[in-house]
Amino acid sequence: MLMILVAKRILIAAFTLLLVSFVIFAITSLLPGDAAQELLGQSATPEIVAELREQLGLNQPAHIRYLNWLGGLLTGDPGTSMVSNMPVKDIIGERLPKSLILAGLTAAVSVPLALLIGILSAMYRDSRLDRALNVVTLSMIAVPEFLVATIAVIVFAVQLRWLPSITIVSPDASFGELARAYALPVMTLCFVVVAQMARMTRAAVINQLDSSYVEMAILKGARPTRIALQHALPNAIGPIVNAIALSLSYLLGGAIIVETIFNYPGVASLMVNAVTSRDMPLLQACAMIFSGAYLLMVLIADIVAIISNPKLRHQ
Amino acid sequence: MSAVLQVNGLEVSVRGERGERIKIVDNVSFAASKGEVLALIGESGSGKTTIALALMGYARRGCTVSGGEILIGDTDVLALSRAELFGFRGNRVSYVSQSAAAAFNPSKTIMDQVIESAVLHRLSSKTEARAKAIKIFESLALPNPETIGNQYPHQVSGGQLQRLMAAMALMSDPEVLVLDEPTTALDVTTQIEVLRSFKKVVADSGITAVYVSHDLSVVAQMADQIVVLKNGTVREAGATMQVLDAPSDEYTRSLMAAAKSIVRVQPQSLDASDVSPAKPLLELRGVTAGFGKTDRDGMPRFRVLHAVELSLERGSTLGIIGESGCGKSTLARTIAGLHPAAAGSVCLDGETLAPHLSRRTREQLRRVQIVFQNADTALNPAQTVEQVLGRPLAFYHGLSADAARKRIARLLEQVKLPANIAPRRCAELSGGQKQRINLARALAADPDIILCDEVTSALDTVVGAAILDLIAELRRELDVAFVFISHDISAVRSVCDDILVLYAGRTVEIGKRDNFTGGPGHPYTDLLISSVPELRQGWLEETHAKTVAEPNSSLPGNGDLCAFLDRCPVRQVGTCDKTPPPRLTHGNGNEVLCHLGQTKA
Repeated sequence: MLMILVAKRILIAAFTLLLVSFVIFAITSLLPGDAAQELLGQSATPEIVAELREQLGLNQPAHIRYLNWLGGLLTGDPGTSMVSNMPVKDIIGERLPKSLILAGLTAAVSVPLALLIGILSAMYRDSRLDRALNVVTLSMIAVPEFLVATIAVIVFAVQLRWLPSITIVSPDASFGELARAYALPVMTLCFVVVAQMARMTRAAVINQLDSSYVEMAILKGARPTRIALQHALPNAIGPIVNAIALSLSYLLGGAIIVETIFNYPGVASLMVNAVTSRDMPLLQACAMIFSGAYLLMVLIADIVAIISNPKLRHQ
Repeated sequence: MSAVLQVNGLEVSVRGERGERIKIVDNVSFAASKGEVLALIGESGSGKTTIALALMGYARRGCTVSGGEILIGDTDVLALSRAELFGFRGNRVSYVSQSAAAAFNPSKTIMDQVIESAVLHRLSSKTEARAKAIKIFESLALPNPETIGNQYPHQVSGGQLQRLMAAMALMSDPEVLVLDEPTTALDVTTQIEVLRSFKKVVADSGITAVYVSHDLSVVAQMADQIVVLKNGTVREAGATMQVLDAPSDEYTRSLMAAAKSIVRVQPQSLDASDVSPAKPLLELRGVTAGFGKTDRDGMPRFRVLHAVELSLERGSTLGIIGESGCGKSTLARTIAGLHPAAAGSVCLDGETLAPHLSRRTREQLRRVQIVFQNADTALNPAQTVEQVLGRPLAFYHGLSADAARKRIARLLEQVKLPANIAPRRCAELSGGQKQRINLARALAADPDIILCDEVTSALDTVVGAAILDLIAELRRELDVAFVFISHDISAVRSVCDDILVLYAGRTVEIGKRDNFTGGPGHPYTDLLISSVPELRQGWLEETHAKTVAEPNSSLPGNGDLCAFLDRCPVRQVGTCDKTPPPRLTHGNGNEVLCHLGQTKA
């Protein structure tokens, strides 16, 4: 039963990804401009443009191009960049690990922080602590990240000179150097994602704290910490992991502002460059990566929620 | 004997909208000595649960204990510090709540929760606590005491969970045990087993117990002393015998009157002069319904109703009774077209109705109306009474605003509500008023049949009795037939002409109301009737209601064999487990699905 449920979710995710690939291909085909024209510039003669179109396979019907592209994706070859003439795989291969490091570090800091804030404010609901945390998390949601990043740079890099304003990481950097380099971008990204997760955690835990079995635990003499962690939290895992998944999936594609401000070579800025230069294969591959990451996060959250539900675990 | 529990001038209040204090419990005092069972009785809102929780030094959000004292032994509960309370709750006083299904954490095993208090209070090691829990499970007559604790709450039945919660409360050998409506959520046949276990445990352990209930008959079985509460104040207190035999307070008397089972309607005199045997108003033939995927024959995977047959004459009332999960609500929903039948037919005046209501004509819809159990959820709280009643009037009768207003006034009069209630929102009404509006909404369609699904179950005894009176009166005044669905045999007996007993989706007995007073009929009917507590002390000891101590689930319970087989106290090996039961007509005219009448005849 459990395995069937999980297998169903995986199948649905795979099917969704297929649909997404179609949508991505369709939309990028509709984008104005022509890659051949773009490559050759304004002065190119129509004959040369036509020749290049032939070379790039742009004259083939759309469904053939789609199938070729999809086949390439499945075999691990998303094509060749039209701008740099390098395999898309290599370009992304260089950028993706950097994005993953940034996302991973942000997750490692933000998830525990968000859980702590959420659980504390649920435990002390309507207290001063809860209200203070509410104000803080709400302002974090309200302030746009470019402002957070700019202020952080002004304060920590320009005024105090504690941290570097751009993130350059050499392969042989020490842990201290790494921490200093990543501090500002990770902090800025945490600002964006912590609030969302913390508020969802608070709501999910409060929902459980209002239930009869929590009252029963109080009447058995359990202390608030035990009630929150042992009784309420296991039942709130479903909604919490979903909130975490939604927030974290933002970290790959949505990090564009942070990548730009700190001059960090991640995939988000790569995708924006691909848009401006009409580099369709690169753009499509980036979009697929973001969609895939998003689906993967949601899939993991779904599976965790299923496994954490004893009614599904023990039929 | 000195009192183990003493409450003096207890006062609990909530903060009103303007920050003023509103007392919800005022000047309540009582005392109980060792081994005594004291009952707090009252309707919802009487403050009985608030008092019970205060005994634990606990008040729900928004409430504060604002005065008085509670002494458990020599300890003043209200003077305990926060830290002391953690050591006190679940240790010296423990609590059994109304709904065990909600009071168990769904994601922890039963054993972990049962031994939690003992481990928290460092009364014993985990291993010792487990061994003790298993002993208590045994004494509470729980099946498989060794292994039941390893299961999760959703894997055991409601009656078992309720006993498991009692075990949880007994783990710390408390001085005082608070039982808050511990059997209200159970079926009568289960309730009786649970009451027996509770009574035995209280007697064996010499615990002082506070038993909170709205049900006088249950309290009569359990309590030595009764405290009658209303609106947070004590109306009457005394020994059980004295309160039951010579109630001094008027409110107590009204509670007792509501608890008495009375017949509210006379049987319809369908005289023989009625020459033409008219077609029954409603007729069900072989109705089968269920849930889940349908197989090749169009049958659902989980069948709830198995070939149910019934017929209802114009203006008469059929009662449908059975325990939770027997399919009685599904039956009502199938008749109304909310849950399409997989097989069989529902005929109205000889005309077959479409299984799903979307295929029925507006006229057919108008003629069959349903009244749901919970008026709180059935009525849109944001709508006014006028809007709720105006909708069916406009939909079925196309009444103009003016005519509708007059009709609404008439409807409110019929359900005994003042006309000035019309502009009020449903959320502002009391439970009883809402249920009356719920009925009036059905009446507004001017139906031939009203399906009442547990319309009194969510109400207090006195309010529920008034609704039964109303239904009886509507029957006399209007030419409406009722299908009255309930788990409460005395409610069914009081308003119905015929009674159908449903067990596991099968009609096990059907017949005239007067034949349902004590059998012998189908063994399940007999069990059902003899399980209803009577309003006198000693009934629990005398009643012969019993099921087999341990249902034998190894018996083949599927197929066409008797569905009651594994619980039947009079099953006959060789017959009942071999051949499907026949449908026999007994001497009194009842049709019974059982082998037993056969062998007796």
